[in-house]
Amino acid sequence: MSRPRRERLRVTAAEAVGPYTLVRVDRGGLEPGNPGQFFMLEAPGRVLPRPMSLCFAPRGELAFLLDPIGPGTTALAALEPGDLIHVFGPLGNGFRLDVPRPLLVGGGIGLAPLPYLAEALERPPVVLGFRSEHHAEAAVLLPGAEVVIDPTLVTEVMPLDRDVLACGPEPMLEAIRAIAPDAQLAWEAPMACGYGACYGCVVELDGDLKRLCVEGPVLCSS
Amino acid sequence: MLLLNASGCLDALTAPAVANAFDAFVTKTVTPEPRRGNAPVRIAETDFGMLNAIGLANPGRDVFIAEILPRLARVISVPIWVSVGGFGVRDYVETCEQLARDDVACIELNLSCPNVDEAPESAAEIVAACRKVATNPLYAKVSPHSWDLGETVRAIEAAGADGVSLVNTLRGAALDAALRPKLSRGVGGYSGPALKPVALAAVLAARRATDLPIVGMGGVCTGRDALELIACGATHVALGTILFADPDAPARVREELNVEAARAGFAQPEDAAGVAADGVARVAN
Repeated sequence: MSRPRRERLRVTAAEAVGPYTLVRVDRGGLEPGNPGQFFMLEAPGRVLPRPMSLCFAPRGELAFLLDPIGPGTTALAALEPGDLIHVFGPLGNGFRLDVPRPLLVGGGIGLAPLPYLAEALERPPVVLGFRSEHHAEAAVLLPGAEVVIDPTLVTEVMPLDRDVLACGPEPMLEAIRAIAPDAQLAWEAPMACGYGACYGCVVELDGDLKRLCVEGPVLCSS
Repeated sequence: MLLLNASGCLDALTAPAVANAFDAFVTKTVTPEPRRGNAPVRIAETDFGMLNAIGLANPGRDVFIAEILPRLARVISVPIWVSVGGFGVRDYVETCEQLARDDVACIELNLSCPNVDEAPESAAEIVAACRKVATNPLYAKVSPHSWDLGETVRAIEAAGADGVSLVNTLRGAALDAALRPKLSRGVGGYSGPALKPVALAAVLAARRATDLPIVGMGGVCTGRDALELIACGATHVALGTILFADPDAPARVREELNVEAARAGFAQPEDAAGVAADGVARVAN
């Protein structure tokens, strides 16, 4: 497993992808890690960094897709080439890749870890769900994906004979878990540190509250 | 001067390298019974700090002593301070009795968690009762929610404490766009950069009241922040929220502290001890 490192990295690009922003930084000495692992990105002017899963690992770079909805993600989306931010990772546990018939499912900004995952799994089928046409523009990051737009849900078009690897909003993950109990699901929680120090990101697992940054963010639902 | 982590801000079993970068590691608070802690959402960032409502999640005293302490001893090369919490004087006393062991360098009585109900007894009563059974040095971590911190500190010293830690978090709340509290508990402990002026004032007040060692903490992000706490009278300095943003903070703050002390005309950071508390401007030579 890759050892996490924290370095100050140079932003190389921040591009709009539909309503989202793809931020690319020089890789420095950081390893890209496994698909589904995440990095803590310094959000300029904010007290806490923000956890982002790796979207792409272009040669010499790391790329993160984010949705500018709060002060941290807005500050990240406003980065410009040449800016320097601290990046710490890779952290957490990613997806298991030893699945015979993978199907990737993403909802909204939950598509973020899927391009890197699709590359590792040699382009498996992908289903993406979005809330609007504008959001669905981000499907360009996963060529060939089947795209549905609200009110159609991903669970209505997902084949059920596949090993599901999914990331998206909680109601979507719950709905997938109901029809695909063995699915690997990437969850999200407010996180202060990303390395097990703050105990802020707990989720209920086997009746216990466990740290998502240490046990996840990818959890097997069964 | 020792550089410590603030209790609750670091798990040495998950991040031993960060813990070993300090002069001593302070555990999360241990209570007599296991505690799940509060339901999520437990944390929220604010413009100048953060809120937490973890709720003293810990495996309880028995598991801590039987399992966690031995595991800590295997990965930690620095002295271990144990933070002790409770809901009445008896809780604190019984834990102190069981922690009278060589692998515990110091006990810090957490008398000020804003996320759980407080013990009915006063801080000084708890310290006095623990003093009778504790063989380790005993520090009392007190709340900044006090109109007369000097009086509290004098009472704690008279009760037999070996040192004082301050400040714990301030109680705070934050609302989401729909005007609902972001934390599921509604309120939590407010920490981070916004807390520094509160910490400086508390350390000044405590230093005027006692000659005991003081662990100063609250919003320290840089070496300059640490130097200011020392100038107010802190003997030792602890890092809290900054660890979440920067796990390399121990080495960085130490380095910056030496540079800042030299810049202010002090051969070493300790030489700045209490200069702000004296009320006398010391001029750089």
